[in-house]
Amino acid sequence: MAHADPKAAAHPILQEVKPAALPRAVLVENDRSFSWITEKICGIIEGKTPTWWWVCFILACFVASFTVAGITYLVATGVGVWGHANPVNWAWDIVNFVFWIGIGHAGTLISAILCLLRQKWRTSINRAAEAMTIFAVVCAAIFPVFHVGRVWFAWYLFPIPNSNAIWQNFRSPLEWDVFAVSTYGTVSVLFWYVGLIPDLAVLRDRFYAAGNKMRATLYGLFAMGWRGSNRHWSNYEMAYLILAGISTPLVLSVHTIVSFDFAVSLLPGWHTTIFPPYFVAGAIFSGFGMVLTLMLPLRAVYGLQDLITQYHIDCMCKITLATGTIVGYAYGMEFFIAWYGANPYEGFAFVNRAFGHYAWAYWIMISCNVITPQFFWFKAVRENTALVWILSIFVNVGMWFERFVIIVTSLARDFLPSSWGYYSPSIVEIFTFFGTFGVFSVLFLLFIRFLPVMPMAELKAVTPQADVHGGHAKH
Amino acid sequence: MSAQPYGLIATFKTAPALYHAAEAVRDAGYRHWDCITPFPVHGLDKAMGLRRSIVPRISLVGGITGFCTGMSLIWWTGAVDYKLIVGGKPLFSPMFAFPVSYELTILFTAFATIIGMFVLNGLPMHYHPVLKYDQIRRGMDDTFFIVIEARDPRFNAANTRALLEQAGGEAITELEP
Repeated sequence: MAHADPKAAAHPILQEVKPAALPRAVLVENDRSFSWITEKICGIIEGKTPTWWWVCFILACFVASFTVAGITYLVATGVGVWGHANPVNWAWDIVNFVFWIGIGHAGTLISAILCLLRQKWRTSINRAAEAMTIFAVVCAAIFPVFHVGRVWFAWYLFPIPNSNAIWQNFRSPLEWDVFAVSTYGTVSVLFWYVGLIPDLAVLRDRFYAAGNKMRATLYGLFAMGWRGSNRHWSNYEMAYLILAGISTPLVLSVHTIVSFDFAVSLLPGWHTTIFPPYFVAGAIFSGFGMVLTLMLPLRAVYGLQDLITQYHIDCMCKITLATGTIVGYAYGMEFFIAWYGANPYEGFAFVNRAFGHYAWAYWIMISCNVITPQFFWFKAVRENTALVWILSIFVNVGMWFERFVIIVTSLARDFLPSSWGYYSPSIVEIFTFFGTFGVFSVLFLLFIRFLPVMPMAELKAVTPQADVHGGHAKH
Repeated sequence: MSAQPYGLIATFKTAPALYHAAEAVRDAGYRHWDCITPFPVHGLDKAMGLRRSIVPRISLVGGITGFCTGMSLIWWTGAVDYKLIVGGKPLFSPMFAFPVSYELTILFTAFATIIGMFVLNGLPMHYHPVLKYDQIRRGMDDTFFIVIEARDPRFNAANTRALLEQAGGEAITELEP
């Protein structure tokens, strides 16, 4: 050591102390080679379409047809076919919108925030999680777009010159939301696509070698002529890092702005400053629930245990636990502030949530969101894949109910008892929402059939043999 | 003699072998050369003597453009083109214009970054001599290559080949233009 640490000079023993080598979890198990990774991931696309895929796909199409039916009926008739009536003019549509948008957030968290934090375990799940984000945004967009009623005027949401010469009201959080969600969707697609380019080039060359000219051309078109040049990688990695850097504030801002839709209003139960962080934590919580729901079956079906290891599941469970606990804290803090704020309307809104007409929804929410994640403290639970999967479903259910509780109970009991009401969804709403799971599944099934489910280049880069220094002397 | 070859390509089996060969080629003073790798090899930029990518500058321009677009769009539509008082609020304030400008900053940065990356890389380029090499498929899979272009002033078929051989390169082949 050239510059002796004065502290070390005073205590010679310190010079002899070496930091303990921290054991690092292996990210790709069984010491797999580069080409094993390529074969494994490309094999999913190149192999014969499995029977289960067709079964799931047909089932998903059938479920998706419910959304098509619900929307067609709505467009042909009018928004009155939904169960909305004074005072509840926002209900399942916004609940479903926030639910789906929230699910998307885990994808961006994995691809962007964990990238900046150099959490290398993200590599095996980020592609599928980003795909989940995009498909979730698609499902989310259906609801506000069709809630405008005359959907052919949905372009009025954007500042496009129109014959009335009037512009959007940029003071409204709803208009902010238009920009937040459309930016979120666009940037998610771009980020996903940039990540796909090197893998599309792999597929292009493999299909070309196999003599499948048509697929080689299709994949090649989107691979942009990628040739693995390190001069390209240099710019590519920088671009990827910047995209991660800007997606991080983006994902936090999107759910913050979604929460502004409520927090900026004056309605008791909505008008609270805790909403932005509370919504962001809830979004990541629900998103990780959905990532687990999707990845665990995918891992089992395609035998990806060497790539999505127990370590990955542990990490995801722990994030679910952390964000779920934040959500639980927010529930408690909302009650505390309602009492401490001494506003009778606010106080009533919360007592009504827990013990009013919608108490059943409130307690479903509490049991799913506050109690369920606490199981993840236990290693035995995290190692029981089937149990983790079941708990992840509870998280999804709980987070849907959270939005229902916030939106519907607050509206159904507003300031004047004379205008109180009780909201129940109509069959059209139920159809539309049920169908979005089909829409999501159709898109996700197409993704796992035609695109690499894991980023091969990134996976190779985290294997031990990718280290040019062989784990010894530093350059 | 027909057209001059595009250059020489050498194969390396492992990432460390490529890394050390890249250092050798860099130290020999070549400028028009490249490494072909299936994944971004950590530290290879330094071994090749590449400078830091300039993509961030393009991103910054995009971000500033996005923010200004948001602010001026909201100012012009609300306070100039069609003045409409809503809720007794001012016609323009940077406060309520901020969320939209913030989102547009991110949107424009994303587009600038990606377009900048493509332009700097000269992509899309669906035809390239390297892609015609019959083993290039391995370069997307598990093999590493170094390509030295014939247009490099130091290029000399015999000496360059010797350098690549010395650096541990295998199957050194001439690439057709």
